[in-house]
Amino acid sequence: MVSLDLLIAVCLIYVAILFAVAFVADRLARNGRGNWLRSPLVYTLSLSIYCTAWTSYGAVGYAARSGLEYVTIYLGPTLAMIGWWWGVRKLVRVGRSQRVTSIADLISARYGKSNLLAIGVTILALISLTPYIALQLQSITLSFSIFAAPNGQTMSSDVASSAFWVACGLAVFAILFGTRNLDANERHHGVVTAIALEAVIKLLALLSVGVFVVWGVADGVEDILNRIDQSDIGSWQVQDGRWATITFLAAAAFICLPRMFQVMVVENDDERHLRTAAWAFPLYLLLISLFVLPIAVVGLERLPEGANPDSFVLTLPLIEGRNNLAILSFLGGFSSATSMVIVAAMAVSTMISNHIVMPIYLSTRARQGVSISGDVRDIVLMSRRLSIIAVLLMGYGYYRISGGGTALASIGLIAFAGIAQILPALVGGLFWRGATRAGAMAGLTVGFGLWLYTMLLPGLGQSGLLPATVLRDGLFGFYFLRPDALFGITGMDPIVHSVFWSITLNTAVFCIVSLITFPSPIERLQGAQIVNVFEHSVGPRGWTGSVAQSEDLLIMSQRILGATEAQALFQKEADLQKKAGHLPEPTPAFVQRLELELSGSVGAATAHAMVGQIVGGSSVSVEDLLAVADESAQLLEYSSELEAKSNELSRAAAQLRDANEKLTQISVQKDAFLSQISHELRTPMTSIRAFSEILRDTDGMTPEDKARYAGIIHDETLRLTRLLDDLLDLSVLESGQISLNLREARIGPVLDHAVSTAMAGSGGTMTIHRDRSSEDVPITTDVDRLAQVFINLISNAQKYCDAPNPSLTITVGQHAGQITCDFMDNGSGIPRDSQAMVFEKFARVSGDKAGGAGLGLAICREILERLGGQVIYMNGLGGAAFRVTLPAQAAVTVQ
Amino acid sequence: MSQQRPPVFLERQSYRRRRLMDAARLLPVFGAALFMVPLLWSKGDDGGPAVQTSTAMIYVFGVWAVLILCAAVFSKFARRWRNNDSPHGPSSLKASTMIPRTGSSHPRAHADDDVG
Repeated sequence: MVSLDLLIAVCLIYVAILFAVAFVADRLARNGRGNWLRSPLVYTLSLSIYCTAWTSYGAVGYAARSGLEYVTIYLGPTLAMIGWWWGVRKLVRVGRSQRVTSIADLISARYGKSNLLAIGVTILALISLTPYIALQLQSITLSFSIFAAPNGQTMSSDVASSAFWVACGLAVFAILFGTRNLDANERHHGVVTAIALEAVIKLLALLSVGVFVVWGVADGVEDILNRIDQSDIGSWQVQDGRWATITFLAAAAFICLPRMFQVMVVENDDERHLRTAAWAFPLYLLLISLFVLPIAVVGLERLPEGANPDSFVLTLPLIEGRNNLAILSFLGGFSSATSMVIVAAMAVSTMISNHIVMPIYLSTRARQGVSISGDVRDIVLMSRRLSIIAVLLMGYGYYRISGGGTALASIGLIAFAGIAQILPALVGGLFWRGATRAGAMAGLTVGFGLWLYTMLLPGLGQSGLLPATVLRDGLFGFYFLRPDALFGITGMDPIVHSVFWSITLNTAVFCIVSLITFPSPIERLQGAQIVNVFEHSVGPRGWTGSVAQSEDLLIMSQRILGATEAQALFQKEADLQKKAGHLPEPTPAFVQRLELELSGSVGAATAHAMVGQIVGGSSVSVEDLLAVADESAQLLEYSSELEAKSNELSRAAAQLRDANEKLTQISVQKDAFLSQISHELRTPMTSIRAFSEILRDTDGMTPEDKARYAGIIHDETLRLTRLLDDLLDLSVLESGQISLNLREARIGPVLDHAVSTAMAGSGGTMTIHRDRSSEDVPITTDVDRLAQVFINLISNAQKYCDAPNPSLTITVGQHAGQITCDFMDNGSGIPRDSQAMVFEKFARVSGDKAGGAGLGLAICREILERLGGQVIYMNGLGGAAFRVTLPAQAAVTVQ
Repeated sequence: MSQQRPPVFLERQSYRRRRLMDAARLLPVFGAALFMVPLLWSKGDDGGPAVQTSTAMIYVFGVWAVLILCAAVFSKFARRWRNNDSPHGPSSLKASTMIPRTGSSHPRAHADDDVG
């Protein structure tokens, strides 16, 4: 029989060896030697932190209760690990490129360095870690009690209190090696090496017991297989739902557990180690679970009814009298429990100090000015130490509350299900750019709440945290909200029930909220960086270092990284900048690199805030950049508005230029007309004057001469009268004082009248072509005025047509209530440059040729305007062509 | 930063490498499917004989060993891929667009993710 004293002595020696290993490894790593510490083998072995006391003791108990189901706990991680190429590899790459210190840090970095999210994940990790640590304490206490009372029935009180001392010892180890230095990369070679050693011990222990059972107790493989089939668990009785659910749960927990993240991502030295771990770690899992079933079966056979199957690995060698094997087995369990607790406490304490303590500390300090006073380094380390103690105390408290009665496996599964709630946010963050902070927050809250309600609190049911009425009748008396049968679906296994609802609703809420919310710019940038981590690993934003003081940065870095490390870093940068012996310039690239280094110690969000305090307002955040972009967009808009306005102005100027040209032309015409009209008035006046003088002064004139001269005078006055009539007519038309005499008529007679009037007395040689059948068109208009227009157009043609045989074609058409009359001659037409002016007053195409005053067409236009029609000059029809358009029913245009 | 499009067709070696990556991605899917096969087994509640636990154990551990073997073979291949030897040619453009991270040991991955 092994005495308890011997056992404690063995434990102490073992712990001393671990201390020594950790110490030597730390020292070697610091001196740059010991490359083997960073070998893939050590990395793989450190991953075995996954196998805790739950594996060493609980797996056999699990197998004894439920047969082969225990294997799912190891199948999940196996699948996760052989899928490393698209899963774990990305996680490690992101972790390295973003310098994350914990899983909370990764989630926070992915969702825009949100500290709120980091706090949420930290709390989730803390709460789900507590039962897990209780489980380890319980298993260590259990193993002590076995040696104290080998039949496993009683437990002395001093053994029960050993849990407390074990917790203290673990806290000391974790503090000594986990928080000794604040390494920029947050790597702890000492601890990792010790864990690797413990991994070997626990594997050896379980394998030894297994080999003893198969070849010592039973007669080899065949015999043990027979015994398995003969036993109570000899036939396949695994519940389908549990088999799949626990496999999934184990895979999820393997990725999300803070301690797994710590060894897999944070402590990872080289991404290439994954290649080895991808197959070596599944192999480790296979070996460690290979003999579980044989041990369980032989234990069931050999040990008395009612013995705790969780302690078979210890009781079996003891009952067979193999004390050394029992001690080895005990050491295996002890090491798996200690290594798990140490790493988990370290990981969670990092999360607590980086995401809860530091932000609070910084916000209280922020008011005291820009520079950070006090040694931040000490604060960080102290907060981590206190966190470790707090975590272990919480685990101990849970152990005391839960009474240590529950089977190990079920506690472990509760912890797994809790931590698995991170999975949707993590996987979504790694592979989906659309995942937003709000979505992650909502999903985590829902999943966490459901896990708490359906799993953790009912697990504590007997201690009264959840009233019995809630368990029986549901929350607030709603039957469909019972924690073991949500939505009234009963009959599900409790684990499957809880995991199904919490993970499903977590994922659903995460996706839906992500879809409907809009991420902040920094979130989108971080998302793009992390999802496409293999394409680029460039920092998300730049600091403009122009204002940042190198000195301040150095002081701050010294406080966080330690004086030597910080000075070495600045020295290296100075060398890079070719400024050896001086402080380096705070270039944006340097400041960003520095922030990454700092984030390795205090987390991304905190490091960003601290550098921001020193660099001050000169940090170019994405928001700033966006604001700049907005401004330039506004400027662009403004300038395009200006451009539009200037276009408008130049259009207006062109119009003004045209108008001015026209005005000038008109003014020239008016001058010309004035001289013309004075000439026109003067010529008849002169002849009237001359002939009237002749009549007055000449005596003896023949009556014929008298009559002739008087006739000339008469003609000239008529001409004058006509001219004045025209002018008067035009001014009346223009001032709109004309009164129209509307009556019904037909176009034909009006044209007859006009032609005969225009041709009369001119000895006209012009032939006129008309189509009389088309002229029988009724019209209501002022016939006299219309005739005046026609007369004018016909006499114009007569005057200006320069063809040898002048002819005029008059065509009448009718279209949609409009009557058109075209007057086309066969002359050379009006020159193009005169066409625009032809309807203006005083315009005459050829000034001297005709006798008119240039008012005819202007009068025509005015008349037609009054009659509701128009006259236009038509181009390209051979000779001059005018079209008169009239409404069939003239309405008097109102002034 | 002009991203050159990767070539449409790859050399035979690169093509093999890509397919090997596909296989590595598929491996956990196949593994999960194989591990879920026991869900189809008879538990003896439908009248037929229940599957023996020893048979189940041999199956599960057999599949497990095969998966480990496959993963090991893939790692062996992955080990040969050189640092700058990304799947689409030895002198990848990506290598030059990476901003070197001075002051930290940041080994380039042995092979970049494929860009397919």
